[in-house]
Amino acid sequence: MSGVIEASGLGKQYRRTWALRDCTLTIPDGCVVGLVGPNGAGKTTLLQLATGLLTPTRGTISVLGEPPAASPAQLAQVGFVAQDTPVYARMRVADHLRMGAWLNPGWDDELAQRRIGQLGLDPKQRAGSLSGGQRAQLALTLALAKRPELLLLDEPVASLDPLARREFLRSLMEAVAEHGTSVVMSSHLVADLERVCDYLIVLVASRVRIAGEVTALLASHRRLSGPRRDPTTLPAGQDVIEESHTDKQSVLLIRTSEPVHDPAWTVTPVSLEDLVIAYMSPASDIPARRPQLGVAS
Amino acid sequence: MIRFSWLQFRAQAVTAAAALAAVVVVLAITSPHRQANFGVSNWLYTAGIVVLYLTPAIIGIFWGAPLISRELETGTFRLAWTQSISRTRWVAVKLGLTALAAMATAGLLSLVVTWWSSPMDQRNPLGGYRLSAVLFGARDLVPVGSTAFAFALGVTIGLLTRRAIPAIAISLAIFAAVLVAVPLWVRPHLIPPVRTVSSLNLSNISVGSSFPENSLGVSTTVNIPGAWVYSNQVTTPSGSTSLGLAPQACISGPANSPTAGPTSVCQAAIGRLHLRQVVVYQPGSRYWAFQWLETAIYLLLALLLAGFCTWWIDRRLSR
Repeated sequence: MSGVIEASGLGKQYRRTWALRDCTLTIPDGCVVGLVGPNGAGKTTLLQLATGLLTPTRGTISVLGEPPAASPAQLAQVGFVAQDTPVYARMRVADHLRMGAWLNPGWDDELAQRRIGQLGLDPKQRAGSLSGGQRAQLALTLALAKRPELLLLDEPVASLDPLARREFLRSLMEAVAEHGTSVVMSSHLVADLERVCDYLIVLVASRVRIAGEVTALLASHRRLSGPRRDPTTLPAGQDVIEESHTDKQSVLLIRTSEPVHDPAWTVTPVSLEDLVIAYMSPASDIPARRPQLGVAS
Repeated sequence: MIRFSWLQFRAQAVTAAAALAAVVVVLAITSPHRQANFGVSNWLYTAGIVVLYLTPAIIGIFWGAPLISRELETGTFRLAWTQSISRTRWVAVKLGLTALAAMATAGLLSLVVTWWSSPMDQRNPLGGYRLSAVLFGARDLVPVGSTAFAFALGVTIGLLTRRAIPAIAISLAIFAAVLVAVPLWVRPHLIPPVRTVSSLNLSNISVGSSFPENSLGVSTTVNIPGAWVYSNQVTTPSGSTSLGLAPQACISGPANSPTAGPTSVCQAAIGRLHLRQVVVYQPGSRYWAFQWLETAIYLLLALLLAGFCTWWIDRRLSR
């Protein structure tokens, strides 16, 4: 399986701390991939390694079959919106579009102008005086009008209010649907990604905890509630991701490929948010019980 | 990339052009080449020198130091480096365009000030026409070189500190140190000086003797127009600077008086010692050789710094 991003044993060390380590993953083509994890989990590091803004300390990463930022042609295929959506504060909106046109051979000026018009941005306004949402939209426009094959977005909606968030994601999805772009976007909030992602990677403490298609993840996880029970007595093939117990009751979040037949349990499906939170909680960090579903290496 | 660099640099370029135009107008109005203005503008003459020393410093801190550090500080480098252009090209064009503008500004300014000041330079108000330490760095080519250097220094320090304000302070301090060090320790060694040995011309000497040893001291003047004199010594025929005991004729009487000069008897006594005058100097004719050399050194340093910046951005900054 070849992916838009393939990482193998990828690690990045800053002085003495590892921001990312032992990261091996394949991000499939044509997906909208959510990269979730708590703050400091290594999401930004992974995305910056994929853009070539950082070079790995260990391991390798290839993006669209080439090392990141290997050539102007490779750069042209990858659109990136960095965290906090940096733009040139003293340059006007129109100047940003001119920059895009001058520095990108595949620039789609019609797309850029149309988006700026739809967003109601004044081309004469200086980027420094835009609101957070407008700035994010400008940065997204610059990345989209490159007409990249792969779009990397680092917490693009983190600083936006709920309305601007929805608007941003909606315009992103429109553009993605129109051009068939692969997207990897990070967030520490699952709710942001739930509506738009079809593939999910959970990154915790600089390691990939789980990665897979959203439908497959949801189909393979169940919540069990019933009388108190020691989780080690579960049949083989039911891996406990998260457990909580009261004196009389146990609630487990398990992964299984088989239907659960034990009549003692009340079986309910899990939401993506529950699933991600279960994987992000420290208790789930039991190596024997977390074979990495869907990770091709 | 050239168009984009120009877009970012435009405002600064307009400011520089306006400042330059203002200087040209002021100097054109007050030109000492017209007799009516001659001598009225001593302070403008000094101001011209000060401006030509300040220009490289100002360009270094306002154009150089923020050029890359501002991008690092505000995160816009992540926008710039993910456009479809290599980082090497990005930095080369940015550095090249701004450096050319900086050198053009300094060059025009130096041209105008040098022209304006030439009648007063020839009257030699600061001593040591043209090759003098102060005047030399504020005339003709050298400001172009020092501006390129100050600019590249600002860029480099900005790249290393990643903050514009500390970069401004540090590069200003280093540039000031270089401005002091070059005339003191570098310029004198650029070309080996001329050393002339001649028999002492007795008509220009002043004579003294030290108490109580009575050792002879003789000094004389040197008159080489436009020269930069390193040393002017009186020696014995064998080349020693200790001239031995003073002749009796030079000790008694008014011979020691610094104003009256030695008596003819004393002069004759000194003549019998066959003393030599040894002068070490740079002839004024070497002015342009010095200008080119010093400018070349500054430009070479600027190129080395630019090369370092390119390497650092390409190889080190992403680590």
